[in-house]
Amino acid sequence: MGRALAVFLWVMTGLSVWMFLSGKWWFPTAISEHGPAYDQQFLLTIIVVGVAFVAAQAALGFAVWRFADTGQATRAVYSHGNNRMEILWTAITAAIFITLALLGQRVWWGLHLTEAPANATQVHVVAQQFQWNFHYAGPDRVFGRTKPEKISDETINYIGLDSDDPAAKDDTVTQTLVTRANTPVQLTLNSRDVTHSFWVPQLRFKQDAVPGLDVKVHFTPKTVGQYEIACAELCGQQHYKMRAYMLVLPPEEYDELVALPQAQFNKRVGELVKKYPVNTHF
Amino acid sequence: MAEPEVTAETPAAAEEHAAHGAGHGAHHAPTGFVRKYIFSIDHKVIGIQYLLLALFSVVLGMLMSILMRMKMTWPDHAWPVLGWLFPEGAPGGVMTPEFYLSLVTMHGTMMVFFVLTTAPQGGFGNYFLPIQVGADDMAFPYLNMLSFWTTLLGLVVLVSAIFASGGSVIGPTGGWTGYPPLSAIGHLLNVPGQGMGVNLWIISIAIFCVASLLGALNFIVTLLNLRTKGMSLMRMPLTCWAWFTTAVLALLSFPVLLAAGVLLFLDHNAGTSFFVPGGLSNGTTVIDHSGGSPILWQHLFWFFGHPEVYIAILPGMGATSHILSTFARKPIFGYRAMVFAMFAIGLLGFFVWGHHMFISGMSPLTGAAFSVLTLSIGVPSAIKTFNWLGTLWGARIRFHTPMLFAIGFVSLFVAGGITGLVLGQTSLDLSMHDTYFVLGHFHLVMGVAAIFGMFAGTYFWFPKMFGRKMNETLGKIHFWPTIVGVYSIFIPMHAMGLVGMPRRYSQFYEMLDGKLVWIYNFNSPTYPLIQFVSWAAIITVSVQFLFIFNFFWSLFKGERASDNPWEATTLEWVTATPPPHDNFGGRVPTVYRGAYEFGVPGAPEDYVLQTTPDETGPNVAYADEAEGQGRGSSNGNDVHG
Repeated sequence: MGRALAVFLWVMTGLSVWMFLSGKWWFPTAISEHGPAYDQQFLLTIIVVGVAFVAAQAALGFAVWRFADTGQATRAVYSHGNNRMEILWTAITAAIFITLALLGQRVWWGLHLTEAPANATQVHVVAQQFQWNFHYAGPDRVFGRTKPEKISDETINYIGLDSDDPAAKDDTVTQTLVTRANTPVQLTLNSRDVTHSFWVPQLRFKQDAVPGLDVKVHFTPKTVGQYEIACAELCGQQHYKMRAYMLVLPPEEYDELVALPQAQFNKRVGELVKKYPVNTHF
Repeated sequence: MAEPEVTAETPAAAEEHAAHGAGHGAHHAPTGFVRKYIFSIDHKVIGIQYLLLALFSVVLGMLMSILMRMKMTWPDHAWPVLGWLFPEGAPGGVMTPEFYLSLVTMHGTMMVFFVLTTAPQGGFGNYFLPIQVGADDMAFPYLNMLSFWTTLLGLVVLVSAIFASGGSVIGPTGGWTGYPPLSAIGHLLNVPGQGMGVNLWIISIAIFCVASLLGALNFIVTLLNLRTKGMSLMRMPLTCWAWFTTAVLALLSFPVLLAAGVLLFLDHNAGTSFFVPGGLSNGTTVIDHSGGSPILWQHLFWFFGHPEVYIAILPGMGATSHILSTFARKPIFGYRAMVFAMFAIGLLGFFVWGHHMFISGMSPLTGAAFSVLTLSIGVPSAIKTFNWLGTLWGARIRFHTPMLFAIGFVSLFVAGGITGLVLGQTSLDLSMHDTYFVLGHFHLVMGVAAIFGMFAGTYFWFPKMFGRKMNETLGKIHFWPTIVGVYSIFIPMHAMGLVGMPRRYSQFYEMLDGKLVWIYNFNSPTYPLIQFVSWAAIITVSVQFLFIFNFFWSLFKGERASDNPWEATTLEWVTATPPPHDNFGGRVPTVYRGAYEFGVPGAPEDYVLQTTPDETGPNVAYADEAEGQGRGSSNGNDVHG
């Protein structure tokens, strides 16, 4: 029985490791500036995790193989432990874990504990059941006022843009997020009903959109193309298909687009969506 | 069976009882059926009641998980039987997305509260903590009865939530975490199931909180005050330490959830705004709430929710330590380190709740602090693993079914716990949060590892509880597909998470004109894994009925068990099988040594009971902590006092 268990543990360990090494199930190719640093930190962590996992399972397998009761004349080793070993392995694991924890703050720090660069483009994101709205300030670079009482799905004013505000005149609200390649973008996330979460696997980025809270985040998309945006916080029955797309445009195309007046903006986005097929590079 | 009417105490023990002043009078065994088996104040009967309650809940929870896998794997398939059972949730036999979400909610709530919290603590803890410390019952037997019946009431209310949703779907759809505003104002947004279902769900949890508090108080007082003569804290079995730590965690965390639940209930029904900010809209009108914070709920919920993880797993750790040592025929390696590690886990468990909230909108600096604390909690967890391996090193392992499950626990605990190193890092959580990677992680560690602890405990203590052993062959046949199955289900989920699959999606693809269309293309590499996991789940769940069959069959037909069938050392094995109403038949056991004296050189047997007296003799080595010298006892049934 002990040997069977040992073999099982080793085979299971091998298959688990294979699943990660096979390359069949891995992150999609990263397209953000912090993506490679993320991937590097993940790789480092998964190697540490993998080594510890393999070592522990292999040792457990060895123990159940080697130390079975086969009717030996001698008894088990009579030992209550070994304080020196306790101290040793506590110190080693503590050192490894704390190092990982500190290294694991780097990408986080760069994204969340630094101000967005001054050249960052600005987009206000208003999530709703079950749709994403992206609000652009237009050529005047001033976001028009929004008011909850102006929200009306019927008149397609999903975010309650106040038409009385002169700054709102040139604003555009789209359901596709458009960003400028190699330029930081700052999103100001909010929600008009329940908590949602903005999630683009290729960006290695996720952030909840919380009602009543303006959450400012920034990142830099690098690779031109079209990517899927998913909702990652349970928001109701259609949560599974609260889908939108993110376009990463070459700078000139982006600049041309955001200079367009409201009426032509969405039409142009429609054309661009066709131009850049949805990324399937996994 | 004949039970002595009056408890006779030794003068020393009587003195001790009087000294701690617990007002703990002699017990008379009840004779009527109702007082003996239904409204019983006997901790042993209550323990079994808790176990049966958990067994009922786990069957429901498992069946729900199968329905979820069916929806996700064959999203458009019509099962006529489901259409007949759930005309609203599965019209025409095709499950709706809201039906799926209510399954998610009920599965989580059922499993976390009524299985993982109930069976290891309320069940085994209730039955064995008093016996293992040498007490004749819990400190407050009536409170104990009350806490069971309160728990049962909570379960009844939860189950009723399935049926009380005003004819739309089967229950609340906000997940077991119940994040507002969805759970507070979901009904105003026309989200199905978020009306009466939410109320009943909150009430059920609130009742459960009260029950857990009563239970926790009882555990703590019993352990501190009712230990028998010689049972110093450091001689207690590690199970007792685990139940004690768990009770402390429950005492400090459940009140917070109770308070949060009350506030959510008020938000949902009374128009208050603890968790609902102003300026929300349903697309036509502004919702009449203002001033609340959705993140406040998350803090309160996870302040409870993270200790809850340890409430679920610590008793499993205790049982595993206990069983590993017994079947390894070796003292536990590093007993003190195990106790300290358990306490460190319990303490640190209160300072890491924020790792559930890295991307919630909470301050990023707070997230960084929580991240470092979270990875520190891996240290005591690793200490435990090392000590389990140390216990097995140089052992003479007897591979009985309880031992198989205990070894399985160690393997699963490592496999599930270690990915906490990934999820605990703020940076990596940017991608991993709320993906299937998280599902793989926590199901392995607090789900199936904890369940393996319960299986180990059931096979181990069944003979003591019912006087018969569970069938060993069936037990082994149960073990193998179960361990292969749980790994097949939950390891692939990590890979799905890498790909990016978000959790709580009712489906990932749909069939359009007979063609499979992905809702998100990025999920498409996971197709074979989705299929594989679903089949693995169906097979693994089916195998569990073997366990249930074995359980009930062995109650009546199992091989009769002796008082100490496993040749173990702790107090539950020195009393009769099953133990009499007052646990030790009118005598008070006296403890002379630590809990895990196996393989003692020079002792007549390879185990020495805790009650074997220290007397002058040649065998100096087997006295614990050089407290004296002793003579081994070959008779496992003696109660010395």
